[in-house]
Amino acid sequence: MRSISKLLIANRGEIAARIMRTAKAMDIICVAVYSDADSDAPFVRLADEAVRLPGSAPTETYLRSERIIDAARLTDADAIHPGYGFLAENAKFARACADAGLIFVGPSAHAIETMGTKIAAKQAMAAAGVPVLPHIEIGCAAEAAATPPTALVNRDVGFPVLVKAAFGGGGRGMRLVREAAELGSAVAAAQREAASSFGDGTVFAERYVERPRHVEVQILGDAFGKVVELGERDCSVQRRYQKLIEESPSPIVDPPLRERLGGAAVAAGRAVDYVGAGTVEFVVDRDGRFFFLEMNTRLQVEHPVTELVTGLDLVWLQLQVAEGRPLPPEVDGVQLRGHAIEARLYAEDVAAGFLPATGVLHGFSVPESPGVRVDSGVAVGSRVSSHYDSLLAKVIAHASSREEACRLLARALSDTYVHGVATNRDLLVALLRSPDYRTGDVDVDYLARHDPVELMRAARAPDVDRIHALVAALADQAERRQHARVLAAAPSGWRNVSSEPQWTTYSAGGAAYHVGYRFTRAGLEAATVNQESFGDVEMIHVASDVVDLAVDGVRRMFRIGRGGGSTQVHSSLGATTFVELPRFAEPEVLSVAGSLVAPMPGTVVRVDVRPGDDVQLGAPVVVLEAMKMQHTVVAPADGTVTGVGVEAGQTVDAGAVLAVVEYSSS
Amino acid sequence: MTSVLRSSANLTGEACVRNRAAQLGLLAELDNQQALAIAGGGQNYTDRHHARGRLLARERIELLLDRDSPFLELSSLAAWGTEFTVGAGIVTGIGVVSDVECVVVANDPTVRGGSVNPYTLRKNLRALEIAKCNRLPVVNLVESGGADLPTQAELFIPGGRVFRDLAELSALGIPTIALVFGPSAAGGAYVPGLCDHAVLVDRQAAVYLGGAPLVKMATGEDAEDEALGGADMHTRISGVADYFAVDEKDAIRLGRQIVSDFHWRKLGPGPSRPADDPLFDAEELLDLAPTDLRVPVDPREILARVVDGSRFDEYKARYGTSVVTGWASVHGFPIGIVANARGVLFSEEAQKATEFILLANQIDTPLVFLQNTTGYMVGTEYEQRGMIKDGAKMINAVTNSTVPHITITIGASFGAGNYGMSGRAYDPRFVFAWPGAKLAVMGAAQLAGVLSIVGQQAAMAAGRPFDEEADQRRRAAIETQIEAESHSFFVTARLYDDGIIDPRDTRTVLGLALSAAHSQVVEGRRGYGVFRM
Repeated sequence: MRSISKLLIANRGEIAARIMRTAKAMDIICVAVYSDADSDAPFVRLADEAVRLPGSAPTETYLRSERIIDAARLTDADAIHPGYGFLAENAKFARACADAGLIFVGPSAHAIETMGTKIAAKQAMAAAGVPVLPHIEIGCAAEAAATPPTALVNRDVGFPVLVKAAFGGGGRGMRLVREAAELGSAVAAAQREAASSFGDGTVFAERYVERPRHVEVQILGDAFGKVVELGERDCSVQRRYQKLIEESPSPIVDPPLRERLGGAAVAAGRAVDYVGAGTVEFVVDRDGRFFFLEMNTRLQVEHPVTELVTGLDLVWLQLQVAEGRPLPPEVDGVQLRGHAIEARLYAEDVAAGFLPATGVLHGFSVPESPGVRVDSGVAVGSRVSSHYDSLLAKVIAHASSREEACRLLARALSDTYVHGVATNRDLLVALLRSPDYRTGDVDVDYLARHDPVELMRAARAPDVDRIHALVAALADQAERRQHARVLAAAPSGWRNVSSEPQWTTYSAGGAAYHVGYRFTRAGLEAATVNQESFGDVEMIHVASDVVDLAVDGVRRMFRIGRGGGSTQVHSSLGATTFVELPRFAEPEVLSVAGSLVAPMPGTVVRVDVRPGDDVQLGAPVVVLEAMKMQHTVVAPADGTVTGVGVEAGQTVDAGAVLAVVEYSSS
Repeated sequence: MTSVLRSSANLTGEACVRNRAAQLGLLAELDNQQALAIAGGGQNYTDRHHARGRLLARERIELLLDRDSPFLELSSLAAWGTEFTVGAGIVTGIGVVSDVECVVVANDPTVRGGSVNPYTLRKNLRALEIAKCNRLPVVNLVESGGADLPTQAELFIPGGRVFRDLAELSALGIPTIALVFGPSAAGGAYVPGLCDHAVLVDRQAAVYLGGAPLVKMATGEDAEDEALGGADMHTRISGVADYFAVDEKDAIRLGRQIVSDFHWRKLGPGPSRPADDPLFDAEELLDLAPTDLRVPVDPREILARVVDGSRFDEYKARYGTSVVTGWASVHGFPIGIVANARGVLFSEEAQKATEFILLANQIDTPLVFLQNTTGYMVGTEYEQRGMIKDGAKMINAVTNSTVPHITITIGASFGAGNYGMSGRAYDPRFVFAWPGAKLAVMGAAQLAGVLSIVGQQAAMAAGRPFDEEADQRRRAAIETQIEAESHSFFVTARLYDDGIIDPRDTRTVLGLALSAAHSQVVEGRRGYGVFRM
């Protein structure tokens, strides 16, 4: 038994902060490591000591095991907690820690290795009697993509299949293939993504379960051979295989199924002599049959829901086990109390296909309330960069029933205020309020079948943006008057001879809002948005940061945030971010017509054209990668490439000109 | 400790109800007339102008001004009741451009092509005078066909004053800008020519001494307009203009940029008092505004609805009570107030007002005159007590006072009372009138009566019989004529004030006028002490 007195957390963001919270309560001195991009991050300030990892890209920083071990040596730490992602499931790192005399808070390198290779894991699980799905390995060779083993896949697995990366997880390098003919291209894409994400392009094909539910079981093992399970989590609400909403217990798991799942998970853990916290993931089909999917040999993002329904602190337990102590008796036969639901608040543009969003958080607050837990890695002023996962915070609600937890979480999120970057908040709220989610009728493909933009629109009153545009104009007006350098005491926009209203034009969500307004002795008059007037508007209070307005007899409070050139209006109706269109256009034409611009910040993976090339409509020009997704920028029309502004490997900001195509006149 | 005014007016009384109805009627008529001014040359010309992709005068101004800032339009009813369009085809006012209070002068090209008639000229000159005495930069939005030729006789000689004023402003360190949106030909070419900064709109501005037809007549040359005076030519070749604007909005953007580059500093002190609203509703000014000019109005009731926090420290409250004097502030600017309480000015009132004007000069405090006077007292007793000497003291003090004066005629302004109360001839920085105001040498009935008596005396002296019936007719005719000529619209039409204001806007108008006045040094007359009269 070795007690831990100083712990280095080899991670960042919310999970680093989460681990420190428990470690500090145990009077363990916390050491953070941080990249240049994170130098002002809240988790760094939370740490007792911090060591810089020069650079910003994960490959230069949080993935550099030798630098992290150096940092542990420098600070005299005796243990390293890897969190999730980065080096959490890297067996070499676990070994390097051991070689350096450091405790690795996690399972053995052997367990990581076994579970890290999906194919090996499946074999081990099948051997241990855990149900697995049929699969076939395809490999990493380019020929495999060129001439895919279609017949073999058809015979041994059967279409539809999922093509998956053999190493890694989180949906990266995963492709659904329904038709045999699509196999080749899916394999190529999956190989490419797997290679870039995990350094190994090996992929395999696995039977695809229609409308599956994702149910996972939390397990804990200690060095004395004890393995227990702490109940299941249901993570069926996903977008592109990324979990979005997780809960415990699962609405589809009854006690007999829970027992079988638990038994299978414990068997899985025992098969690899599991030590520490781990998660065994299963896919559950419509008939309640379950199959082993993979095992995550680390703390999960969604671990808080288990903590809330079990009353246990998983990080505390991890550290206990890491110190070589036996699991305490309270982990035996746990009962799940009440219901916990977690929502992942991501910085992303849902309407643009979940594009990661970047920027500075000018406003960020999740209302505190009993039963609501917030695990956040950001604060007002934080910069959300394209280097890392775009998770801003996890909001978790715990209540006595699923229905109540659902309501509590929906309210907490709808009162959540984020300004500066786009988030998936509205989608989360829409999902939590949807009848389908309320009745538990969701599966992994739910968001593939239901357009998220449509879900958000359905959950939103039709004239929200109109009302918000008026509110933004009124608040911006107050802001200007507040900063007027002369005649500040005069009534806003006062005219003794009035010919036209004041006006402001905003853009929001791709639409333009031309707002007209005029103040008279009677108050607000002639308020219009896009020439359309409002029925009855009563202005109760207008300030630059808050507006109290009654529209057609309904009075609401609107909060206004400003920063980065935008104005955000937040109310019970939702949130809208407006960018004001300039009143006077600069006469210079800033970008050449035909410029293809980066739709998001990211890294150029590939440039498919050279100057002088003829391209056809839809031809790929540049492939960009940001976060875990690849985006292909295509030619918007037939034409000739007249310029290429980037090269592979280059990092670009959103809006950067990638290439210029001169359209052929036809 | 500052005193706070209380109100004891019975606003539901019959007189107040009558006042309100009368004021609302007058304001509706003011609205109608202003609507005519806004309509300019009418729908057809407006549509045609828009169809050519051009902005109206007021649209140009609205774009030029800082958003949500106030704009005090001046002389909006110029030329009312004449053969010319109300507003005189030109818009003038004080507004904020890039945080600087400026005088804006914009031709209305929909009114006879923006041509200048005698009223246009007077309105333009008055705006430049306001710029000069208050030290306000001038932005000209030019699009004018030049002189209205049928009235050239009234224009040609005095019209040169515009260019002289521009040159003088420049020498006084008051910057001038011309944004040229259209023709600015012949004499008009000297507007951009004499402004410190000139911006010309591409393919719209036409700045030349003579257009193609005139050149042909004069020299036989076949010239083209663009080569004679286009934006491109003037910014590349002649150097007459400094900035080339691709379109109207660009010209306005450049105008705003030029003003922001002035790094303007006002010379007077900024507001120094709390600018809180009065305790009483300005709406009630309509109940108080005098309709029957024989009924006095307590100016404290007016002030309670105008000045900051209704705070008013009265000076010599117990002496010469027909005039109310005292200290207050509007929009945070400290002011001294001289207001008529009961029409007539006696010796005591004249002396008290004189003292107060001297006091205001001693402490560099602007004066606001609220006129509601029937003039200085007449009659044997008053003449023998030297009413003329006391009236003269007041007129002398008003004349030689150098602090800014702002005069508002709220009711009657008759006789020398108009002079003593800083009427137009005494160069107050601004003069405004409530719509019910009446200005004349005396009341219409009195004037007709005086003429009748004079006629009777003349007839008697000549031994002629006096035709009573004819006298009645003459009396009625004269009374009607004088009544019409005393009407506030008649007075404002002739530029004898800077505009009719809604009584409820009094506080705002005063605030804007005071702020403008503080662009200039605010300094009283020095030399003698304050005489006790």
